[in-house]
Amino acid sequence: MTGKEYRTITDVKGPLVFLNKTEPVAFGEIVELRLTDGTLKNGQVLDTSDDQVIVQVFEGTASIDKQTGIKFLGDVFKLPVSTDMIGRILDGAGRPRDGGPAIVADEMADIIGAAINPYSRQSPSSFIQTGISAIDACTSLVRGQKLPIFSASGLPHNDIALQIARQAKLVGSDDDFVVVFCAMGITAEEYNFFVHDLERTGALENACLFVNLADDPAVERLITPRLALTAAEYLAFEHDYHVLVIYTDMTNYCESLRQIGAAREEVPGRRGYPGYMYTDLAMLYERAGLVKGKKGSITQFPILTMPGDDITHPIPDLSGYITEGQIVISRELHQKGIYPPINVLPSLSRLMNAGIGDGKTREDHKSVSDQLYAAYAQGRELRGLVAIVGEDALNERDLQLLKFADIFENQFLRQSRDEDRSIGEGTLDYAWELLSNIDTKYLVRLDQKWIDKYHPTEKKE
Amino acid sequence: MSKENGVIYRISGPVVTAVGISPRMYEVVRVGNEGLMGEVIELHGDQSVIQVYEETSGVRPGEPVVRTGQTLSVQLGPGLLTKIYDGIQRPLPELEKTMGVFIKRGVDADGLDLEKIWDFNATSKKGDSVSSGDILGTVQETKTIEHKVMVPPGVSGKIKDIKSGDFNVTQTVCTLEDGTEIQMMQKWPVRTPRPFTKKHAPEVPLQTGQRILDFLFPLAKGGTAGIPGPFGSGKTVTQQQLAKWSDADIVVYIGCGERGNEMTEVLDEFPHLMDPKTGEALMNRTTMIANTSNMPVAAREASVYTGITIAEYFRDMGYDVALMADSTSRWAEAMREISSRLEEMPGEEGYPAYLSSRLAEFYERAGRVETLAGGDGSVSVIGAVSPPGGDISEPVSQGTLRIVKVFWGLDAGLARQRHFPAINWLNSYSLYPPSLDQWYRDNIKSDFPEIRTEISALLQVEAELQEIVQLVGSDALPVDQQLTLEVARMIREFFLQQNAFHDVDTYSDLKLQYNMAKAILSFQEESKKAIAGGAALEDVVNIPARTDLMRGRFESGYEDKIDEMLEAMNKQIADTMEAN
Ligand SMILES: Nc1ncnc2c1ncn2[C@@H]1O[C@H](COP(=O)(O)OP(=O)(O)O)[C@@H](O)[C@H]1O
Ligand SMILES: [Mg+2]
Repeated sequence: MTGKEYRTITDVKGPLVFLNKTEPVAFGEIVELRLTDGTLKNGQVLDTSDDQVIVQVFEGTASIDKQTGIKFLGDVFKLPVSTDMIGRILDGAGRPRDGGPAIVADEMADIIGAAINPYSRQSPSSFIQTGISAIDACTSLVRGQKLPIFSASGLPHNDIALQIARQAKLVGSDDDFVVVFCAMGITAEEYNFFVHDLERTGALENACLFVNLADDPAVERLITPRLALTAAEYLAFEHDYHVLVIYTDMTNYCESLRQIGAAREEVPGRRGYPGYMYTDLAMLYERAGLVKGKKGSITQFPILTMPGDDITHPIPDLSGYITEGQIVISRELHQKGIYPPINVLPSLSRLMNAGIGDGKTREDHKSVSDQLYAAYAQGRELRGLVAIVGEDALNERDLQLLKFADIFENQFLRQSRDEDRSIGEGTLDYAWELLSNIDTKYLVRLDQKWIDKYHPTEKKE
Repeated sequence: MSKENGVIYRISGPVVTAVGISPRMYEVVRVGNEGLMGEVIELHGDQSVIQVYEETSGVRPGEPVVRTGQTLSVQLGPGLLTKIYDGIQRPLPELEKTMGVFIKRGVDADGLDLEKIWDFNATSKKGDSVSSGDILGTVQETKTIEHKVMVPPGVSGKIKDIKSGDFNVTQTVCTLEDGTEIQMMQKWPVRTPRPFTKKHAPEVPLQTGQRILDFLFPLAKGGTAGIPGPFGSGKTVTQQQLAKWSDADIVVYIGCGERGNEMTEVLDEFPHLMDPKTGEALMNRTTMIANTSNMPVAAREASVYTGITIAEYFRDMGYDVALMADSTSRWAEAMREISSRLEEMPGEEGYPAYLSSRLAEFYERAGRVETLAGGDGSVSVIGAVSPPGGDISEPVSQGTLRIVKVFWGLDAGLARQRHFPAINWLNSYSLYPPSLDQWYRDNIKSDFPEIRTEISALLQVEAELQEIVQLVGSDALPVDQQLTLEVARMIREFFLQQNAFHDVDTYSDLKLQYNMAKAILSFQEESKKAIAGGAALEDVVNIPARTDLMRGRFESGYEDKIDEMLEAMNKQIADTMEAN
């Protein structure tokens, strides 16, 4: 559509441009802005009426003046998609960033993404072995899950995400994952860290990157994850790929959302974030899953850094309400020198029950995991008590639990960055071995039949 | 004269303003070239403000807006059970048929299958005088549920003609003398409560098979409960447990602004789960509404009304209905989002000033009633609440707690220790026991209320003792108090903890709950005696028979074995005296 160019800007506020009397403009329509020096910018319609149109400008409104020409392109934002995207690096608006040719569209896909009909979903239930004991035993991941990493600045969340991307496999299957990586406002250094690792392991050829860095336009970040997920959906549901989407950092995304809300003078919700942030985030996170009749899948690993290490901050809070669990990285464990510093207690995988057990991982998995949690939680609590009353005041049971908390952290959690533990021997058997430091009579979460079968010293063979 | 066709003036997300029509408040209109469904929510000047139930991107000012003359209504009749709908009663399987796995827009679908033939069995006859709510006949809707075809509200007269036979829901099954024709399908506006004769006080518990709920904080049939809790604390699992195991006749499950996979899970599981009461699949008694977090917010706002109207309809047949809404906070947020687009003056935390009255009106639709037909029916409402940061001082939690009679407070700390259900036994409450106690005495055991009191008292004492332990350690306590701590631990680990995912432990009937509670008190009693007789606490606590009794709950047939296990335990306790 060759629209007319308007020069009717009345106001410019933050990332928003307000203009008057136009043709009837569609809600969500894509806009091209031509600055007086010829520079082109892009935007999207946020509000439209006979009298006024509000446009959000992705690249920011710097240098826009009332002479700026605005053209409405007649359609909502679409991304050219094709399997040629695999192995490519694109910018935050979907243009090549690797010097390669433009993506030749096999299809133009609407980036908003329609909701998957809940009736058409298929329940995720295939266990993904990450080779990291804390995750595999306690917060097991399944294919099609959305499981964010809740971290904070200065913690090794990127190493963990990369280790997962490297080691993730479906036990007994050789289907490989394609990685869609989406950077939102991260530093060039962090970005290079990812790219080098993906290059080093050859994963880059099997990946598609969408990159908006810290010095790229902030408003563009609102589009970037939608592009990445649109590409992921195309690969998963049109071409049967199993896609692992890693996006980082959701916190930057939410900051951009807050900026738009403020510019529109909306009534803010908690801590200044828009009241619709829950719904907005859901429109990203819910694009994970499996659908009936399609072979592919989308598994999501969003990374977010909790401002002030505070899990009740709206960004982790609203995320946790939507995602299917969370992996929480702990500064305390990191300071003790433990890698991966995963605090399993606030961590959770909601889909774990569907993905573990007989025929999937092992029959005793659930029992073992419950017992690990209970013992570690009690042991940690006792640390606080001991600090006050000393070990002498503890009874036998408490002493054993206290000791177990250290064993758990130093042996079960701790592993190296390239250590890939198998679920059976590497993780569950190891857990039994460590649990045998506690008398079985205190191990009330374990079914007797599993003690008889798996306990290293009390099994009946 | 009101005009029927207008045009769009403005679009801002789900809120569209139209000019050139004068619809009624809450009238359904068709918006834009694609005829998107919307509802009028505000009139000012010549502008009508519409909330649109579908995505609005691509819609332009100047496109048409058409009145329908109807308010937002649901279709009621045989064929509601086993179905899954979106927030405005479009059957999701139908949507899949017409648009594939992704929900597109501008598609209409009837709530009921209008073609399906049902075997109508008339129970009224020619010459009978009937009025609103009276039962004209029945249809075997599912294997376990008999659907009662009722005279629609507002209709009455003498039956001129009625016949049994095969009909679809739009065919006339009964004609009155004044010529009124009655079909099996009726329509009802969702925002209006359905009529009944009078409300009764609840006096029968809704049995859920969940020990902490049934035993300590029971909900009555026709009662209201709120479950606030931070994410991951167990709201959804608790709601699903109630949908599975509660002894309601009908279950309406509303997934309001939550995860898609959670609805899929219910769809996958329920057809294979057996109702302990009927021995048939649970799906037979269930209707689901799924308007997930990424589906349009206006339809999310409507979903709770769609659900409760369906619940009331089954209540009117004389059934006990249980409705779960997960999560009412997402409904409140949908209200907030629409309200802010209307630029209404915000109340607390941006919620509209009418938030608490909307919550109250919704829960008020619960209750045990005498139906228009003279029967006894109930709607119990259980609402999950998702407070930001888990802090229940926020408006939705507070608005809910002012109304509901049962508070199941979920606790992040307990969830972290994997103590499930993570319901905090110290701050949760139920206001129903005084009206239910007679029922327990008559139907379970005459001292049921007293046993409950003893168990709660022990938990209270434990909390006080724990404060001392935090300062001096448990070894410093006198031996009787150490025993109390052991008993309380047994209550927590053996009785209150209940794993929803364990094949056997997932459900305990009231009788078994009572026996388990008695076993704990018996342990306390016998241990006291043994210690007085010289036994060491350590020995008493560590007897293997107690572990056996506790682990026994994971094995099927526990209810038959528990007495024997209790005897063995008591014997071993007595033996510890001799050992010394
Ligand atoms: N009664 C229970 N038994 C066993 N596990 C439970 C129970 N309640 C909750 N859980 C665990 O807690 C997780 C989160 O529960 P969920 O109900 O999804 O929380 P919420 O809805 O409050 O976010 C579940 O995935 C499950 O692992
Ligand atoms: Mg939930």
